[in-house]
Amino acid sequence: MSTQIHTGLLHREPPIFELSSPGRTGHALPPSEPLDDEGLPAAFLRQGAPLLPELSEVEVVRHFVRLSQWNHCIETGMYPLGSCTMKYNPKINDAMSALAGFTATHPLQEDEHLQGSLELMFQLEGLLCRVSGFHSVTLQPSAGANGEFTGLALIKKAIDVRGEGARRRKVLIPDTAHGTNPASVVLNGFEPVSIVTGPEGVLLPEAVRPHLDDELAAIMVTNPNTLGIFESHLKEIAELVHGAGGYVYMDGANFNAIMGKVRPADLGVDTMHFNLHKTFSTPHGGGGPGAGPVGCTAELAPYLPVPRVLRTNEGSYRLITELPNTIGRVHPYFGNFAILVRAFTYMLENGGAGLSRVTEMAVLNANYVRALLKDTLAVSVDVDTLHEVVFTDRDLKKETHVTTMDVAKRLLDFGFHPPTVYFPLIVPGAFMVEPTETESRVELENFVETVKAIVEEARTDPEKVTSAPHRTGVGRLDETTAARKRILRWTPAKP
Amino acid sequence: MRYLPHSPQDIQHMLQTIGVPDVEHLFRSIPRDQRTERPDDSPGLPECQLRRYLEGLAARNKNFCVSLASAGAPFHAVPKAVETIVGRSEFQTAYTPYQPEVSQGTLQAVFEFQTIVSELMGLDVSNASLYDGASAVGEALLLALRVHKGKRPVVWVSEGLHPHAKEVVRTMLHAFGDVTIQWLPLDPGTGATVLPGAVTADVAAVAVGYPNFLGVIEDIAAVSAAARSAGALSIVSVPDPANLGVLASPGALGADIAVGEGMGLAGTAGMGGPGLGLMAVRDEYVKQMPGRIVGQTVESRGGVGYVLTLATREQHIRREKATSNICSNQALVALAFTVHLSLLGPSGLRDLATLSRNRAMALRRGLLGIPGVRPLVTGPVMNEFALVFPRDAAGLRAHLADNGIFFGVPLARFCPERPEWREAILLAATETACPDDIAHTILLVKDFYREGK
Amino acid sequence: MSEYPNNLRYSRTHEWFDPETNRMGISSFAVGHLGDVVEVDLSVDEGDMVDAGDEVGTIESVKTASPIYAPISGKIVAFNEDLADAPELVNDAPYTDGWILEIEPTGSDDMSDLFDATLYSDHCASEE
Repeated sequence: MSTQIHTGLLHREPPIFELSSPGRTGHALPPSEPLDDEGLPAAFLRQGAPLLPELSEVEVVRHFVRLSQWNHCIETGMYPLGSCTMKYNPKINDAMSALAGFTATHPLQEDEHLQGSLELMFQLEGLLCRVSGFHSVTLQPSAGANGEFTGLALIKKAIDVRGEGARRRKVLIPDTAHGTNPASVVLNGFEPVSIVTGPEGVLLPEAVRPHLDDELAAIMVTNPNTLGIFESHLKEIAELVHGAGGYVYMDGANFNAIMGKVRPADLGVDTMHFNLHKTFSTPHGGGGPGAGPVGCTAELAPYLPVPRVLRTNEGSYRLITELPNTIGRVHPYFGNFAILVRAFTYMLENGGAGLSRVTEMAVLNANYVRALLKDTLAVSVDVDTLHEVVFTDRDLKKETHVTTMDVAKRLLDFGFHPPTVYFPLIVPGAFMVEPTETESRVELENFVETVKAIVEEARTDPEKVTSAPHRTGVGRLDETTAARKRILRWTPAKP
Repeated sequence: MRYLPHSPQDIQHMLQTIGVPDVEHLFRSIPRDQRTERPDDSPGLPECQLRRYLEGLAARNKNFCVSLASAGAPFHAVPKAVETIVGRSEFQTAYTPYQPEVSQGTLQAVFEFQTIVSELMGLDVSNASLYDGASAVGEALLLALRVHKGKRPVVWVSEGLHPHAKEVVRTMLHAFGDVTIQWLPLDPGTGATVLPGAVTADVAAVAVGYPNFLGVIEDIAAVSAAARSAGALSIVSVPDPANLGVLASPGALGADIAVGEGMGLAGTAGMGGPGLGLMAVRDEYVKQMPGRIVGQTVESRGGVGYVLTLATREQHIRREKATSNICSNQALVALAFTVHLSLLGPSGLRDLATLSRNRAMALRRGLLGIPGVRPLVTGPVMNEFALVFPRDAAGLRAHLADNGIFFGVPLARFCPERPEWREAILLAATETACPDDIAHTILLVKDFYREGK
Repeated sequence: MSEYPNNLRYSRTHEWFDPETNRMGISSFAVGHLGDVVEVDLSVDEGDMVDAGDEVGTIESVKTASPIYAPISGKIVAFNEDLADAPELVNDAPYTDGWILEIEPTGSDDMSDLFDATLYSDHCASEE
């Protein structure tokens, strides 16, 4: 099959396997040798080569460069995904994480041969403690959800140590929560209990009171919540939960809205994960890797995963693996280290003052979009919001039958990635905008004007909106067929 | 600040539009008494100072000229082209491909990744990646428990998994609760996993390493057959899939689930990560798989396209009933893996695995020729092996370190109380070691013992 | 005129039951809310005894997964094997070819908990 030019510079690329032809290779290894098979039973050897493409380096590079051009990314345009925090990823961070001193280092080298990495981790833990108010931080969780698992495991351990493990199993989760929250609860052997957000979009002590008993393990709260609203009763709720013998987990996915303004530990939060790939500018990589360090109070610190990094009196660093009450390892080495380097670089470049300014500008941008759009799309809850704002298609749908999904797809035609749609679940047709601090005023205004134009178009030419996108390389994808027919890998055509 | 685009005039205009006098007003929903009392106003560092500090830190790690260790973090020679592709903004700074019309690049690359992983593993379906090889074992065990709907509360796990992977598995299963791990010992002679009799009817899965932590190639066919005869799933953990260029695929040997650590081939093994958790399963278990999966479909203009599919397994839809809590995965590392394997092709992968094996065997043979050096165990190995040295293994390693050689990992580090591991070192070689490096290393070891240092 | 067949009985959770054939499925109201069905995943086997209200499986569209409940108590005697390859039958013909299970009722008084078509229509209106 030959490659056909689809439109202008956008090349339709077949699966790489279809570009293959026998005898080509893109590697430059030392000359091949026959296998030294002494002591290798024949039954253990591979019969027949795996189906991999045979291509030169030129062809492989061209294939993937062409594929890349089908992606929207933060460096081509605004990516206002609510709760995802798609901010610019500074270049210097990448350069620092690529230093050979880090990338060529075996993780099992002796401590004295890892001093640079250990110091980096120790200092990064310190910076995260400072910005959050926590006593200790572990850097090992690979992502936000892995951080949730880890933080909840600390709580579970504390409850076990108190001898209440069999009884305290309930974890309260507001109905605005991300799906990872209840899933992480179950992975810790706890039971999620959904509680209802109040009419003003925040959690009220009344919602928690009925659950204040000796079965309560914890409450898990995102703050600000997924409506972008600060949970102003969290401090009081934390006191209630603590009074009943439970713990408070804060999902730090939206920490970028309060960084430098509020320290979660001051609110009575016992443990929280940070999303370094959201708040601290590390790239999302098309889905990962992220990093989800976890901070906790002095009470929970003895349970943190091993290894821990310790600074000795002489100023050197060493790893501690023998801790009597640790929950154990959650990562085989040190977490997504290359991501940690990026976040560390970002925090150092900003300093405490810079991080506060980042927060201020993120909140300014979200409120600017809100102010400009609030007469065009209904705001889900009419109270103050911080770093993001959730609109609803309630009125638009009633008037024009055009939905959030249609507006989202039409935005693609104008070079904007749509906001997060249909989340949080409690908002009908949610349209959740988080511009982040790295968008300029002009870009924000362009986005707003585009949304306004689409809403107007929904009135005048709804068909144009509901059949969008029109200008993307591919049209709407058939997700139903994908799920029914399940083609999950390439297979050669039958001769 | 260079990443904040607004001029003071922009900010004034925006505040006026919003209708607040200053930025502080935007935070009025936060009660005063919950605000940080003394905000951190420490200044940041300019780029030149950042560089100096971080380059200084990096320089304080020792970089060896020659590495003869794997121990779960194998170093392969990854072509520059991989880094170039992975560094492209379009891949690196994109989000999860939830809007497929503007994410076909990532989606198609993941589809190709899934194909490559299922080919290497010899199984039907792969997911889009998990965090690392260790948590992938934990996820595989949880998958097996789900398949048996909680009616089989025991898992058999080999003592021969990487010690850190065992700890991760223990953490995960202990947290999940209601499951017993029976650890399967290694035969002290061969180093292979010993099944303590027939697999019993309460066992959901049997998990072994391939090769195991001591480098021994387990008899996957026998273990899988034993598991299958009792209705349990066979889980095979591959610490370095490069070896599958030579070794039979887990699927061909009867595994139901294969997991692995792909960071070696992706080129991200430095400091142990980002890792790349691989998982492939037989088709019948696809609905129980954790993590994202990409599928091929059609688009409204008639072309072929790709989407995230079978999402009802996942936390954002199924919440507490999801197959896992995983959301972010290791997509960019998976892309690096895909590009590298595409460059290698079948012959390149075989050459790479062969060279790794041959270098390792040359090293092993040379070292075993030194009086007093003996193998820790006798089972068949691929490119990693454990040797017992006559005395002062720590001194030997330090001597080699002074000569720029990272001479394996001392087993005593993982289990100080085992006397037979006291002078044992776990060594490995990959295609990155030249024959000269091997010869030089052997010479240095010879000298060390001859001179009685 | 109700859009729900008069010969069927309906549960609060939107399953239908046909007293003539002992077949059950999900109503057009539920199908409308689910969207395109991609899989019907049953957690019961032939011969299993179920109580009314027991979860017997899950019905999935691309973006949701909903439990299916037994509308009556009884014994599972058959399931619709065509759904494995053609889950769209549930969308195309929810009351005929898109049936899901056949349940042999253990008692007859069970049926009194189910709505007739008119009451079910009111019930759906209250949930819109």
